[in-house]
Amino acid sequence: MNADRPESPQVLLRVENLSKEFPLTSGLLEQLRFERGRLVRRQESVRAVNGVTLEVNRGDALCVVGESGCGKSTLARVVMGLIKPSRGSIYYEGKRIDDLPTEKLLTYRRKMQMIFQNPYASLNPRMTVKQTLEEPMRFHNPDISREELTHKIIEVMESVGVDPGWNQRFPHEFSGGQRQRISIARALMVDPEFIVADEPISALDVSIQAQVLNLLMEARKQRALTYLFITHDLSVVQHFGTRVAVMYLGALCESAKTEDLFGDPRHPYTQALLSAIPRLDQSRPTHIKLLGEVPTPINLPSGCYFHNRCQYATDRCRRETPNPILTGDSHWVACHAVEEGRIK
Amino acid sequence: MTRYWQLFRDSAFLYRFKRDKVAIVSFAVLVILVMLSFCAPLIAPFDPYDPTQIDIMDSDIPPVWQAEGDPRFRLGTDAQGRDMLSTMLYGTRISIIIGLFAVLLQSLLGIALGLVAGYFGGRIDSFLMRLADIQLSFSTLMVAIVVLAVFQASFGTELYNELAIFMLIMVIGIAEWPQYARTVRASVLAEKKKEYVDAVRVIGLHPRRIMFRHILPNTLSPILVISTVQVANAIMSEAALSFLGLGMPVNKPSLGSLINSGFEYILSGSWWITTFPALLLVVLVLVINLLGDWMRDVLNPKLYKD
Repeated sequence: MNADRPESPQVLLRVENLSKEFPLTSGLLEQLRFERGRLVRRQESVRAVNGVTLEVNRGDALCVVGESGCGKSTLARVVMGLIKPSRGSIYYEGKRIDDLPTEKLLTYRRKMQMIFQNPYASLNPRMTVKQTLEEPMRFHNPDISREELTHKIIEVMESVGVDPGWNQRFPHEFSGGQRQRISIARALMVDPEFIVADEPISALDVSIQAQVLNLLMEARKQRALTYLFITHDLSVVQHFGTRVAVMYLGALCESAKTEDLFGDPRHPYTQALLSAIPRLDQSRPTHIKLLGEVPTPINLPSGCYFHNRCQYATDRCRRETPNPILTGDSHWVACHAVEEGRIK
Repeated sequence: MTRYWQLFRDSAFLYRFKRDKVAIVSFAVLVILVMLSFCAPLIAPFDPYDPTQIDIMDSDIPPVWQAEGDPRFRLGTDAQGRDMLSTMLYGTRISIIIGLFAVLLQSLLGIALGLVAGYFGGRIDSFLMRLADIQLSFSTLMVAIVVLAVFQASFGTELYNELAIFMLIMVIGIAEWPQYARTVRASVLAEKKKEYVDAVRVIGLHPRRIMFRHILPNTLSPILVISTVQVANAIMSEAALSFLGLGMPVNKPSLGSLINSGFEYILSGSWWITTFPALLLVVLVLVINLLGDWMRDVLNPKLYKD
């Protein structure tokens, strides 16, 4: 399993069977319980990500969508190495990176960068823009000259649309949109090829959202970037993504090219999700109403995680976890009903 | 540099300082006391450390406004014939030096351990915090009394008198580190969840650099607040130890040992030997504490009153 396996060159990042659990009961005393007169040790955990397998091709903008709490952000953090995965592995250009020691990870730190959700927390309030921007560059190129560094900062600040003359200012002197631009600039400083963006526009004003989104798309074209874009906003996905992966309760339901997924959603959850997009041209809404609540990730349902809210659920769905199957041109669906041909 | 000065001039900190009379007066009194005590060799009429300037015949002279007062000694003299004013100025200097250096030592220890405990968490955190709990369950004075008394008994009074100032700084400094460690740890726990810390982790920076360059500057305001209060506490601890005879020796008195030396004579009528240093100590500690309180209010954004 540990062996680096050769990969088709267009696959930049592959995530295999990735799971992440957060223990709720960390101490031994919290784990001990009395059950039927006996002392048992039970460990409870939040199962945030459950066996996600995912490929990101070079040049793709893969959007991961899902409700809040479905493990999108955890997936992003695990991919970036901010949290260690509980199980599974992550490959970058065919090399396994999730078990690398810190020093060996540094080469990948240059290639992978992250943009965060909250522009008010993602910049150090005590550092000027210049200090924030030059830190990653200095760290990864210790012998860069002062002129080169200044030049690079000016270039990156201009490309994200922030006046380079403002580089002596502190984050609190900027608006949310400007801060997010500076965050993007920080990620671009080391010339990465892969960027994980964790809901980068959801904390912004609607008017600013489009600007920042266009900025990200421009950067993708100019710098040949690959994105893993976490969002819950389906209109953003349609505008931005080349591929979409739909998550429910920490597992992938469906992944496909954007136009395939929006044109022909296969998984019942995706269908329900897409039917919830408000449309102007429909006189009568055709919402698929899901019953009940999202189950808690502490006690996951057996079998398919979606079975208790799915109108197509059968006994098999209650027992057996579905594996993703290929149903078209790189269109993966994890659903027994689709596999058995009960849907369409 | 000018930019930082500009920021300071425009800051809410300075704005609110200029509008708070208590803060201005406290700050002014503190600055005057510090200046006077550190200029003591220049302005004091006598040098209390120089035995040739002390005459035993001058002992127990009351302040100048009393009937037997001597115009040479404005605040009177103590039992050894030292000028009270000069001795107090020198003593204040010693008290402030001990307070500052003890707090410096406390903060170095406490900030480093608090950062490590907060940032790494887990076992290191539990270990360091239990250590802090144990340390806090002994009162500072008790630890100091035991250590100083053992030192005095085993190395003799003469060596002790020479090293007293270092011993006091060490003892008070080491005994109070948990105050800093706990405060710093609490702020670190809050800061390290913020995304800018994740952002520098993604860059790949070493944890040491993340802790000192990124997290520490953002925990400075609580550190600043407890530092002022701790200086006052350290000065008081030193005074208490000196009062108990475990502090500065008689020939190099701090405010506490002056109070102590006069205490024997207070009932025989020489009230000034104890009263003046005690008043000075109270004023010194009070202005530092008032400043600390004011700073805590200003630096806590939840407490904006006006």
